[in-house]
This record gives sequence, structure tokens and C-alpha cells, in this order.
Amino acid sequence: MSGNHVNDRRRMACELLALGDSAVLVRLGDCIELETNRKVMKLSQRLEAQPFAGWIECVPAFASVAVHYDPVLVLKSRTWEEDGHATLFETVCFRLERYLSNDQQLHLNEQASRTVEIPVCYGGDEGPDLSFVASYNGLTEEEVVAIHTSSDYRVYMLGFAPGFPYLGGLSERIAAPRHQTPRTTIPHGSVGIAGKQTGVYPLATPGGWQLIGQTPLALFRPQDEIPSLLRAGDTVRFIPITRQQYDLYKEGAL
Amino acid sequence: MSITVIRSGLLATIQDLGRYGYQRYGVVPGGAMDTGAARVANFLVGNAGDEAVLEVTLAGAKLLIEQDMLIAICGAEMKVTASGERLPLWRPALVNAGTTIHFEACQSGCRSYLAVAGGLDVPKIMGSRSTYLRAAIGGFMGRGVKAGDKLSAGPASPLSMRMLQNLVKKRISSVTVPSWHASHFAVADELAEPMIRAMPGTDYERFQASSQAALFSETFRIAPQSDRMGYRLNGAEKLMLAAPIEAISEAVANGTVQVPSDGSPIVLLADRQTTGGYPRIAQVATVDLPVFAQLKPGDRFRFEAITQLQAERLYLDSERDMAILKAAIALKFN
Repeated sequence: MSGNHVNDRRRMACELLALGDSAVLVRLGDCIELETNRKVMKLSQRLEAQPFAGWIECVPAFASVAVHYDPVLVLKSRTWEEDGHATLFETVCFRLERYLSNDQQLHLNEQASRTVEIPVCYGGDEGPDLSFVASYNGLTEEEVVAIHTSSDYRVYMLGFAPGFPYLGGLSERIAAPRHQTPRTTIPHGSVGIAGKQTGVYPLATPGGWQLIGQTPLALFRPQDEIPSLLRAGDTVRFIPITRQQYDLYKEGAL
Repeated sequence: MSITVIRSGLLATIQDLGRYGYQRYGVVPGGAMDTGAARVANFLVGNAGDEAVLEVTLAGAKLLIEQDMLIAICGAEMKVTASGERLPLWRPALVNAGTTIHFEACQSGCRSYLAVAGGLDVPKIMGSRSTYLRAAIGGFMGRGVKAGDKLSAGPASPLSMRMLQNLVKKRISSVTVPSWHASHFAVADELAEPMIRAMPGTDYERFQASSQAALFSETFRIAPQSDRMGYRLNGAEKLMLAAPIEAISEAVANGTVQVPSDGSPIVLLADRQTTGGYPRIAQVATVDLPVFAQLKPGDRFRFEAITQLQAERLYLDSERDMAILKAAIALKFN
């Protein structure tokens, strides 16, 4: 195999790029769409299930997977087939080809997609911007809640903050612009809308999202083996709860 | 208890080499900014290399050593004193109980690493002892250390014990240092503008030709709004895309140079977010990240373009040097 074409190779509409000297970025598409994101999940699940020597971790995103590796271990584990490669990047690309092709040995059971229900107390102190989102869209507050809770949302990726989900599937009927001046602090658990995006803040941070409610669930769980309530590929459904139920959740009674 | 913090200075956090395996959940590795200095400091006290150390930012921190202890300080060119006497850096030191360590003045660089035999003992969170300030986890109760905090050391290795016994025999004052030291691994020359080696990034081709050229010829200055998350850079010329692109969020790495629409690049560092949506013009070579992390606001530097192959070779060479240093210390006290 010649080494010249690896820096920007296209294979099955995919591009392998060096993200520095210890990671490869696999771009599987260039827009936010379900099919591409499914490929992203498949590739990272395959790598996690049967990692190559020197693999450290995968970071799946909307349409790409970053594959982090330890160059020393990749060098040490080079096979005779890989000895002629000019760079370790080329060796890692060579190894990744196997996961990208339909190698029979790598036919794993697709991880079952999970549906996670997130209880949300809408409006009031928990959702100070619910009335704005309603009036901006010519709806009542009840209608906004009904629309927000009627969709299934896909977790396309986690990023920005620990456990923060990028969700797809917000109805355009309740889209709303960000605040021009971000709030200096937004409590963790806040459920917000920014443009055509909806999300939940795992940590108390500054932010400009329109806050429509709050969940009593912790999205970031540093003491758990998997430190995030949500995983990429999950389906999220928001369930409306009353203020009283919210308090019971917080006390651990529900 | 073995160390009491008298004063923390600007910021002092417990860090190891980072928290790996959780980036897919949005949790960044973090860890020491100058991993080279943190590892060498660990080697010098007989540790494996990845033990937790105290990362001290600029000057001001003051610590009281409460029991005889083998320590080493590496990193920034810093005036450090032990009960008033100058403490040599890049060298192990046996420090007697009751000694005060003072990080007095910073000459060059900005981060010092204090390693103790056995490593600083704090609970591991998600496999690491690193402080992740943004999520308030890891290190000392998820925060920087403060006056009054008491830090303890984990169990010392057999190698650390041999090194300690060797110095005990030579002890004449409150601080005993051997005649040998590790060469400086990662401090940028304070007089020159250091060259930071980098490769074109994943979106390099999408920038205007003049911006591509400017990246590798301009002098950049580290802007004041720079911290463990990333360094903002000021250059004479704004870096601009040839045509607008709609970038969607994807993973970034330590040393990714991304360019927001204002044209001023940001170099993402240890406590960066795991993903980003700005185009990436360059990627700092891993071998130069420790040098870069020692630059402070106001410092100037230039990027030098290198190839993927060069970056890999430089990294492998530096890892070999690290392995040799570690082996040499072990051999010396065998």
C-alpha cells in the first residue's frame, strides 16, 4: 500500500484526518443527520468492543469519531504488514479500515437503543422563560409544554460539559432565540431552548438559553461507572411533573 | 498529615497525568499542563511518573512540611526557598519536618510541580486524581488548595525508600540535596520567542492563503484571558476562512488551534471542552505542549510548521528520553 493517499483518503464517503500526532479524526459526513450519526455510533462501538493495540478512547460527535491512541504502543505493536508505513498515522488508518469495512469478525450486536425519560417541572421558578417561549411562538405555556413533551429526541453526542447532550428533534413551533445577555449562572438540571436546539444543563454554568423547566435528575454522575445519565444514541423523552413531584424526586422519594 | 498549605498563591491544584476514557461523556482528560515537568518531578522522588503532584501557578504559594519528606520541584524557572534557603529545582530533596517551602518569584514559565515520594494521596475520581475545576471533581475536594488544607502522601515505593535513606546519611541541615539532577525538560528560553512546533489542522485548507502564511510567520502573544482551558492568542493579522463554512461540533484534542469568527486563534489545553464547533487551523505537536503550557499572558512565540512524521519522531524521542531518565534513576539506587 502506498503512503501518499492516506492524508485525505475518501472511502465509503469517509475521511481520515490526523488530529495531531496521537489521534485520528474519522469524518463520516458533514451534516447532522440520523444515518450518519448511526454510522458514528457503530464505529465507536466496534472500537470499544475490540480495540486495536494502543487505542485509548473514542469521542463520537454528530458526524465524526475521534480515535485517540498511544503512539508508543502503536509503534510497538506494528505487524510485518505495517512495518513499511511511513507514519504511525498511516498505521492507525490501516487498522481503522478494518472497523470501517464490513469485516465479518466485527459483526457485533448493535447496542440496543435506550429510551431515557427525563421528568421536568415546567414553568414557574424552574422555567422562568416558559412564558417568553410561549408568547414568542404565539402559543400558551401549556401548548409549549405539550409540544416539548410530545417528541422523541435523539442524543446525537455528548460534549460542551460533562454529561451535556446535543439533542435532535425539537419542534420548530417552540424554537426561540437565545438571551442577548447570558445569565451569569444557570442552575444544574435546567432545561432550555436555544434556536432549534433543546438541552439540559448538567452543571451550574453561565448561559444564554431560554429556560423552560428543570429536572431533578443529575445528568453528570462522577461516582458512577458511566458518569453520564445519557449516552450518545439514546432516545430522550421529557415527562412533565408537578412542583410537588419535583420536590419528592429531590428528596429521593420518587 | 504531611503538608499544610499556608498560602495557595494564584492557583494550586492537585493533578496527575489525566482522566482518560470519559471524553465520550463530555469529561475532558485534564491533568498537569506541563506533563513533562510533572513526570520528571515524580521520577526524581522514586515514583512511577503518573502520581498526583501539586501544580503551582506563578508565585505566592507557601507550604509547611510537617514530616521528613522526599520531594522534588520541576517546571517554571522559579525562586523557591526552603525555610529561607534557595531550593534547587529538577533535583530530589530531603526536607526535614518543620520546613516551609515558599514559591517566591517566577523568572520564566508559570507552572511548578511539587512531587512527593508516594504521590499526593487524594481519592481517585473516574480513574484519576486530577482536579477538574469546572465540574468541581477530583484533586482536593474538587477545588484548588486553600490555606489550612492538609495534604498527605501515599505509601512510598521501595525505590523512594532507598533514595530517602541515601539522603538521610548525608543530612546536615534542614534540606539535603544530592549532587545530581535531571536536565531541564520543558522550559522555554525566556529571552527568545520560543518556536512552538505545529502541524496544519483538519481545516487548514479552508483558510485564506494569507492566513495560512500568517500562522507560520507571525509572532503571537498570549492574551490575558488564558487559563488551563485554553490560551487566546493575539497576532497582527486576523486568521480568516476563504469562504464561510457551517462547522458542526466534533472532537478536539490537547493543542488543537481553533479560530472563532473574530479571527484570533485559541489553543485548547488540558481543561478544554471535549468538542468544539470552530474551524481548526493547526495542531500543536504533543512534544511541545509542555513548553507551550509554561507560556503566560504577555509572552510571545511563533509557530513552526512540521510534518506529521516529524511530530511523531519528536514525540517518540522524548518518550525514549523519559524512559531512559526513569531507568537511570532506578539503576542508581539499585
